Order: sequence, then structure tokens, then C-alpha cells
Amino acid sequence: MLRFVPIITIAFMIGPVSAGLIGTLLPAFGILPALGGTEPGLDPWAALFAQPGIWQSVRLSLVNGLIASFVSVAIVMLFCAAWQGTRIFRAMQRILSPILAVPHATAAFGLAFLIAPSGWIARLIAQFAGWDRPPDIAIIHDPLGIAMIAGLVAKEIPFLFLMTLAALPQADTDRTAQITATLGYGRIAGWFKATLPRIYPQIRLPVLAVLAYSTSVVDVAIILGPTTPAPLAVRILGWLSDPDLALRFMASSAAILQLLVVVVAIGIWVAAERFIALAGRQIAANGQRFRHDGGVRAGSAVLAGLSAGALILGLVVLLIWSIAGFWGFPDILPRSFSLRLWQREYDAIGSSLVTTLLIAVPTVVIAIVLVLGCLEHETRSRHKPGRGAIWLIYLPLIVPQISFMFGLQVFFTLIGLERTLISVVLSHLVFVLPYVFLSLSDPFRALDPRYGQTALCLGASPMRVFWHVRLPLLTRAVLTAMAVGLAVTVGQYLPTLLIGAGRFATVTTEAVALASGGDRRMIGIYGLLQMVLPFAGFACALLIPAILFRHRRGMNAQNRG
Amino acid sequence: MPSDHSETGLELRTVSIRLDRQELLAVDLVITPGEIVTLMGPSGSGKSSLLGHICGTLPAQFDVSGQVVLNGRCLDGCPPQDRHVGILFQDDLLFPHLSVGGNLAFALPASVKGKAKRRMMVENALKNADMDGFADRDPATLSGGQRARVALLRVLLSEPCALLLDEPFSKLDSELRGQFRSFVFEQCRKSSLPTLMVTHDPEDGSAAGGRVINLA
Amino acid sequence: MRSRMRAFVSALALATGIATASVSLPAYADPAPDVGNWQSVLDQARGQTVYWHAWGGEPRINDYIAWAGDQVFERYGVKVVQVKLTDTADAVTKVLSEKTAGVNDGGAVDMIWINGENFAAMKRNELLFGPWVEETPNFEYVDVEGKPTVVNDFTVPTDGLEAPWGMAQVSFYYDTAKLDSVPKSAQALLEWLAKNPGRFTYPQPPNYMGSTFLKQILTELVQNPKVLQQPADEVDAKAVLEPLWGYLEDLQPLLWRNGQAYPQNGAAMRTLLGDNEIDIAFSFSSGEVSSAIEAFELPDTVRSYVFDNGTLGNTNFVAIPYNASAKAGAVVLADFLMSPEAQLRKQDPQYWGADTVLAMNKLPADMQEAFANLDLGIASLAPAERGTVLPEPHPSWMELVETEWQKHYGVVQ
Repeated sequence: MLRFVPIITIAFMIGPVSAGLIGTLLPAFGILPALGGTEPGLDPWAALFAQPGIWQSVRLSLVNGLIASFVSVAIVMLFCAAWQGTRIFRAMQRILSPILAVPHATAAFGLAFLIAPSGWIARLIAQFAGWDRPPDIAIIHDPLGIAMIAGLVAKEIPFLFLMTLAALPQADTDRTAQITATLGYGRIAGWFKATLPRIYPQIRLPVLAVLAYSTSVVDVAIILGPTTPAPLAVRILGWLSDPDLALRFMASSAAILQLLVVVVAIGIWVAAERFIALAGRQIAANGQRFRHDGGVRAGSAVLAGLSAGALILGLVVLLIWSIAGFWGFPDILPRSFSLRLWQREYDAIGSSLVTTLLIAVPTVVIAIVLVLGCLEHETRSRHKPGRGAIWLIYLPLIVPQISFMFGLQVFFTLIGLERTLISVVLSHLVFVLPYVFLSLSDPFRALDPRYGQTALCLGASPMRVFWHVRLPLLTRAVLTAMAVGLAVTVGQYLPTLLIGAGRFATVTTEAVALASGGDRRMIGIYGLLQMVLPFAGFACALLIPAILFRHRRGMNAQNRG
Repeated sequence: MPSDHSETGLELRTVSIRLDRQELLAVDLVITPGEIVTLMGPSGSGKSSLLGHICGTLPAQFDVSGQVVLNGRCLDGCPPQDRHVGILFQDDLLFPHLSVGGNLAFALPASVKGKAKRRMMVENALKNADMDGFADRDPATLSGGQRARVALLRVLLSEPCALLLDEPFSKLDSELRGQFRSFVFEQCRKSSLPTLMVTHDPEDGSAAGGRVINLA
Repeated sequence: MRSRMRAFVSALALATGIATASVSLPAYADPAPDVGNWQSVLDQARGQTVYWHAWGGEPRINDYIAWAGDQVFERYGVKVVQVKLTDTADAVTKVLSEKTAGVNDGGAVDMIWINGENFAAMKRNELLFGPWVEETPNFEYVDVEGKPTVVNDFTVPTDGLEAPWGMAQVSFYYDTAKLDSVPKSAQALLEWLAKNPGRFTYPQPPNYMGSTFLKQILTELVQNPKVLQQPADEVDAKAVLEPLWGYLEDLQPLLWRNGQAYPQNGAAMRTLLGDNEIDIAFSFSSGEVSSAIEAFELPDTVRSYVFDNGTLGNTNFVAIPYNASAKAGAVVLADFLMSPEAQLRKQDPQYWGADTVLAMNKLPADMQEAFANLDLGIASLAPAERGTVLPEPHPSWMELVETEWQKHYGVVQ
């Protein structure tokens, strides 16, 4: 029976994406019976390319996505190279893990308030410069999209950092660092020449997922990105929301264009990888030591610290907003405080948290069961999975949500599952499964296989080996994977809203609806609420193993991994 | 000890292990009960793979031919948990989430019923190994030598019909090594287990006192 | 490799199989209520749950909707659930995708807070239930004579397909602590902005507030305002729009951020005023400004005003999709929303501050008094201060203006 788990898992991930893509592909070529589109044709594409600034939007999405991903990867790699194994490294690890639980939109709002011309940093400066009006410079919504890149980088660094952390133990980095040091290489150069080539293949797919996200992001782009024109994904959302229903065709073809943009971005990235690999081999052999890298080391710590710090400061500022009275420029702190808004929202909070859990718990439980099943099946059959399998897992993360949501909506309506908890859970599963799999697969596979072999040879059945040996050893990894899944499902907006047809008011749907009102107090309140559940999840992942195995020192090594 | 058809020991009938169509090793031998056969060879020569094949945990990418027969029963196609072949690695691999007693109890066959009886067997085994009262200890608090002893006790409690040793002494320092080595061989002979040891240290082979096969 | 191919193919087959098996659960069939027989409507409505899709960005409005739901449940046994939207078009998409999937009954959307373009689109595509509005009991109080937009939504006749709910009129607002005088016409605005560059902006079209600003300017500058009441394709649109483009050519370089960035909606624009980034903003409801002050978004020195020659006004409505599951319940709810009691509370800035669709002279005496005694809030405009209400142009003008604006100013590089 375990044999079927991988197939079922793939079906849950790929099925909805395929159905959704078909549902978007057809209108892109003119076929949507409800709007009178029965003849295939290229009209939607013609309309799309006639839109003003369409190529600029495409370029914006492509280039800014590539830059944001590159900067994130560079900072993470530099930081790991410069500080791995030190106290600063461990400190950064502890700071960055909770940041994962912060929703992208919340982080972007916090950052927006920090750096805006009427924002907190400007107000600090205004104290000295004596401004009574904010300067009229475009920092947020700047035409080049730098603010958007900053917002993306701030949230991508923690994710990539944690993926890299997972890959490091397998590359024997401590000994490698020792060897390169004794050979006379500076710390950073040694890491880049010896360790990076070994771990990059492990983190490649997360990097590509980050790239796909950056090129197709909607909420961060709305909050921080340019508006004249906006990146492609934002415009697509606008067309899908336009009352002129005839625009749906064009929106669908734009959604396919967005998919192509992601594919092109990945293509460029992979080509760059090969080029860098070639150049890297030559550089590795040329013997340059780069011994004096103190400046770069400090710089990398500053950059990493800056991104984490900016994000956290942004959150603090949002917290202040949530209890603020009127807070005008150039006040550093609000003139008055008020808990009135928290009080008013109190009742609504309870029910939206319950609804969020109603969806989240089944989703996470199903996901963890399926993923454990797949991994256990892989271990028992003693087959190593092919590269194709991992691409299947990443597919939902690489196809932009906006490119298949409309089609998925129609699909669920067709099979009569619309507005049911089942359909919402299924649509959440599409995105939760990959993340849970990614989170759990490395620790699972890294588990010493000889534990299992020993247990089998001691006469225990494979079931017994799973429940009594493998699973306990992986307690922290499983709980962490569940926390990751929880964070992903709590943060879902489009699936809950569209597939659930508004029956399910979760914390996130409420947050986005209120954020459209623009009031930073509500954004602060609901942004903080959005973080409560994921934080609780990660806290459990830390505390439960610590409590369960408090008398087992040997488990610390397992739990750290 | 499960009473088998015949105590003929462990037979490897023209067992050949290939990887990517290159033959790693070929062996044909019979190990009688209580006999300790030493297999020596450089790393990469397939010694551990042979052990993996015998206990049934060899990954699928290897190609194997020949037969493995234990006490007259052909082991081919038999899952590892039904083979009654014990294995000791160079790491003790005690389960860190269980106590010493828990590790040992894990190995006890299900046929031993009743908490009290199982507990008694575990404590007897510990007593015979000079580790009385260790049952509730955390394995991580034991010394290297103690852990190695517990690992051996664990294997023996599972009532194997054959024992495989994968360089079990290489992680111990020389003083402990001699002691532990004698302890292991003594147990093997006492329990009349056909034992196959794989090592690259010639001292192990001479201490075992049995046949030494060089694979080089 | 082969086994993996097989796994993928079987997964795909599974997905396709589910898709092609057009299993439709028996849809909840909701027969159309006979609005002429009000008691039968009430009977049919009892026990129903109405999913009302309404913009959820303003907590005060959400509270009002919750109150209305409680009232309707107490009186008629109809449960109301607000589905909070960021954009009305989301609900339109929902109904559309249901029609695509052939779900002609038992739909997810029972009522939509709607007007203008969205209404025109739904009416054109036959996505609405009705006509039903004019037969409801409370419709007799509606000010059809004094407020023609209650039956003409952006010049498109409602045909009884949507019930009027609230009046909206464009008003401007500013911080009296920072400005002494304000421009009260399009031309005056341009002159004022020349002296104070960067202190004004409008939401980026096609956001309806931004489009409304453009329409307001157009209405003031156009030679013959009546031409805007006709569809754009029936007149020489290019000539009509020329004064607008001439005006914008002068205006754009003076805007906030040099016109390189825009707030994306009215609320974002309000935040800019609160942040002291701009000096003048506008909204569809002066009561909203009072509410914003109460919610700490604006300082309490902010006041509203209108242009000398009038500002655009329209009505917003609630409509019922053709495939709603709780049509009777929705009709009962809509009728309650038009009741004097509900309209009174709506106009009270303590709860919302939006203007009523009812005619005072049609109301019973005690209700007339209650309305007269209402404290409208410090930044709200009293009825006497509202000035002339200009009618909205035909929706086709809005589409034209938006498209042209995006071509000229939507891309700045």
C-alpha cells in the first residue's frame, strides 16, 4: 500500500496545477463559453501586446526577479563563507528562523513604512534637518523597482539561509574549512572554491523557487513596486479584477506570458550557473588566496544583519502602528496610544483563527502523512529517486499562482466540490506539499541508514523500524516540517478566497481585505495575527523535542540537524 | 536460539557482487558454527557490500549472483528482519532516544512476552557484562567501550543465527580494542555463531584465530 | 525511469478523469421568489443564509453590515454572512466562473455591493436576478425624483435589477491647520498646484477614484456636458476629450512624485494626506472623512469641501446574481437596507456617515425628525453644503478615458 503514496502525492500536487493551467490556457486562446468565446484565436494575445508598456512590465518582472534572487543568494553565500561555525553564525540562525513565519506582505508593509519619504527613517532625519514636510522623492514605488527588490531580498535571505544550513552538514564543511585554511586560503575564498560547489546542487531548486517567486510576486510588488508601469503579475491581477469581463481573455494570455517569463528567468539563471561553473573552475585552479578578506567578512555580516534588522524593525513599527492614535509626520512616536482597534477586532479575531486552523490542521496532517509515506517508501525500496521526481515537487512552486487560479476555480466548480472544506484543503495542499517535502527530505535522507539496517537485522519489521526508530529520531525534523506547512497554509490568500468562495474567513483573507483599506493600524494588527500561528508552530518544533528527550543527550545531535 | 533444520552454519555459494558491470568481489565459502572467518581487503573492495547482501540491506544498484544459505535455509528473497543475521558496525549505533535497557529490549524477540520477563532478561545480560544497573542510563552518558559492549549485547539478545562484524573495533583505542575483541570472540564461540568479520587490521584477523581470506 | 513515467501518466489520468467526469452534486435549487407577494418572500427567506459579497476594507462598514445582519436575523430569521472583498470584481469573477462551469443554481454569491462599471458588465452578460427591486415595500421611500441616479446607474437604467443603498458624492478634503484657502475648480486647482508643486495626486486609473477625478475635470471643462450622457461611440469622442488632455498636459508634471508614481486607491491617497505628503485629497463620502478622523487616520483639523460648480455624484446598490442560493433572503435583506431605520443609522457618522437614498418628504414625521437631528460629524458636509450634484457620464466614457490615460501617462519612461 505504501507503493501508492508517491503517486497520490504527485497527483495532489500536479493534478490541480495541470487542471488550472488548462483552465487558463483555453481562454488565452479565446475559448471561454460563459463569455461567448467559442472560437480559438489569437485576439487575446494581440490585445495583450497592444497594452501600453507591456514589454516594460515584462522586463521589470524578469530583471528585478533575477536581481533580487542574485542579491539574496550572494548575501547568503558570502555570509556563510565568512562566518560559518562562529557565534555570529549561530546568532543569525536564531534570528532568521522566526522571520520565516512573517508573511511576505507584512514584511513588505513594515519595510515600506521604514524607508518611505514620510517613513520612520525620514522622520529621524527630519528631527535634525528640520523638515516639516516629507521630501518628494520616489523611494517606494520607484520606477526602477529597487524598493521592491529590497523587500524581496529581506524575505528571501532567511529562506535561502535555512536551505543552505540544511545542506551544509552533508558537505563536511568543517574539515574542508580546515584544509583550505592550512593551504593558505582566506576564509571566504576557501569556502567559495571548495564548499560552495558541493552545496550549490543541494540548494539549487530552492534558489529556482525563489527566482520563480520573485519574477511573479504580486503582494510585495503592489506594496513596494513601481506603478508606471507595474510588474506583469500586478497588471494581470488588475485585468482579472476589471469589471470589463472581456478583459478576462487577455488576462489569461497574460497569465501564460507570466509563466513564460518565469521559464525564461530560469533559463537565464541556469545558463549563468554553467558559465560561473566554468569560470569558477579556472579561478579555483589559479591559486589566488585572497587572504585579506576582513573587509568583505565584515561587509557580509553587515548586509545580512541589515536585512534581518530592517525586517524586524519594520515589524516593531507595525506593532506600534497597531496601538497608535494619530501619528503624523515628523513624529517619531505617536502622540497618543489606543487599544480601541484591538478591542474592536477581538471577536472577529477568535473566529478567523478558528477557521484558519480548520483548514490548516487537515492540510498539514495530510501533507506530513503523504511526505513521510513517500520518504519511507523510498527508503524501503532502496531506490534512489531520479532528478525528475524533485522537479515534479517543485512544479507548484515554480508555476505562478496567478497563472492557474482562475482555471482551478472553474475545475473545482465543475466537479461540484466548490465551497467545501475539502476543496480548500486540496488547493492548499498544492502549495504545502512541496514545502513540507523540502523541509523534511534532507533530514530524512541524512539519517544514518545503518540505524534502520541494524534495527531490521535485530528482527524488527519495517513498520516497527519506522515507528520506533526512524520517526523518534526525526522528531524535530518532522515538527519543523509541520511548522513550515502551517506557515504556508496560514499565508494562503488566493486559494482560500477563490476556491472557498468566501465561506472561509481566515486571518489572511481578513488581513488582505483590511489592508486594501490602507490603514496601517489594521495592517499592523492583522499582520501580527498572521504570525501568531506559524510562530506557535515553530515554538512547538523547538520545545516538544527538547521536553520529550530531555534525558537523552544523544538526541541533541539529531535535533540540531 | 531458534531450532533450525540443521546447524550447518553460513554458506556463501559463489556469491559475486558487481557494480556497473564491474565485479567487486567473488567469494565461495562455508562458515561453521562458532567459527570466525576474517575477510581482509582495501577499502572499496566490496567487503561492506558483501555484509549488506548477507543481511539483506544491500541497495538495489548492486548486481548479485550466487546463493546465501544459513543453516540449510536459503536467504535469497528473504527480508532482513526474518533472516536472523546480526550485524555490528564500527559505530555502536545505539538508538539515542532509548535508554540502554530500551535498546536491549528492542532486540528481544516478540516471543518473549511480559514486561517483567523482558526486563529480567535485559538486566541479566547487563549483569553478565559487568554493567549491572545500567538499564535506565542514557546511552550518551556511557563511555565508548561501554557503548560497544551494549551494542554487542543488543545483537546477541536478538538471538541471531549468524553474526557479521563490519570493522567493529576500528573506533576503539588500542587498550580497549584488545579487551573488547576478546569479549566479542568469546561470545561468538559461546553461542556457536558462524561469524564473518570484515577488517583492514591484520591484528584482528590473527586474534580471531580463524581463517583469513585476503581479497586484494 | 519507466516506472516513474508510469506514475506520472497515471497521476495525469487520474486528474483528467476527475475533470471529465462531470459529477455535479445536486445543486441547491432556489426558486425565484415572487416579490409581488411579500409574505411569500418572507416565508421563503426564513432560515436562509445570505452570503453578501461586499468590500471589506473599512471596519466601520463591516460593523454596520454586521448590525444589519443581526437585525434581519432577529426580525426575519435570515442569517447574513459578509464575504469581505478587496475588489467588487472578485465577486463578478466568481459568478462568471460559475456560469462557465454551468452552475446556474446554488451559486456562491447571494448579494453584491455594486455599481457603475461592475453593474453594467453584469447586466450586459445577463448575470443578474430580477427585476425585483421596485416591488419591495421600502422602495416607496426612495427618492426617485430628487435623486435620479437611484434608478440610473452611471446612465445605465437599473431596470429593477439592483436596489439603491447609499448616495456618494465627490468631495475634497484638506488639513485646515496647514492650508488657509483651497482651490474650488479645476482651473483653480491647476493654479494652486503651480504654486505648490507635488502636493496633490490622484489614484492611478483604472482605479475608479482616479477615473472619477478625470471625469470630474472633464465634466467641468467640456463645452456641452449633456454630450457625456450619451455613449462615447455616438459622438465625436476625440473632440470631446481634447480639453481634458490639454489640462492634464499642464497638470501632470506638477503632481506628487512628478507623476511617476501614484497611490493605488482612495485609502492610500488618504494615508498620503495623513503623512503630510500631499495637501488635498478627495473621496466619495465626506462622512468617510469624519470616520477616518475618529479612527486616527487623519488629524482632527481636516475638513471637506466641494467645487463651486458642483461635483459628481452617484448611487451605490446591492444586486442579486441570477444563480444565487438564497434569493428570497437577499431580497429581504435588501429591503431592510432601504428601510428608514437602516438608512438613518447609515447616515450617522458614529456608525458610517454615508448619505441616504431616501426622500425626506416621503418618510413618516418621526423619521424625518430623526434625520434632521443627526449629528453629521466634524468633517462631514451638511446637506446644505453639498452644492450641485453633477450626474455621472455614461460608462463608455470612463473606459475611453482610462484607456487613453494609460497610453499617455500609464508608462513613464
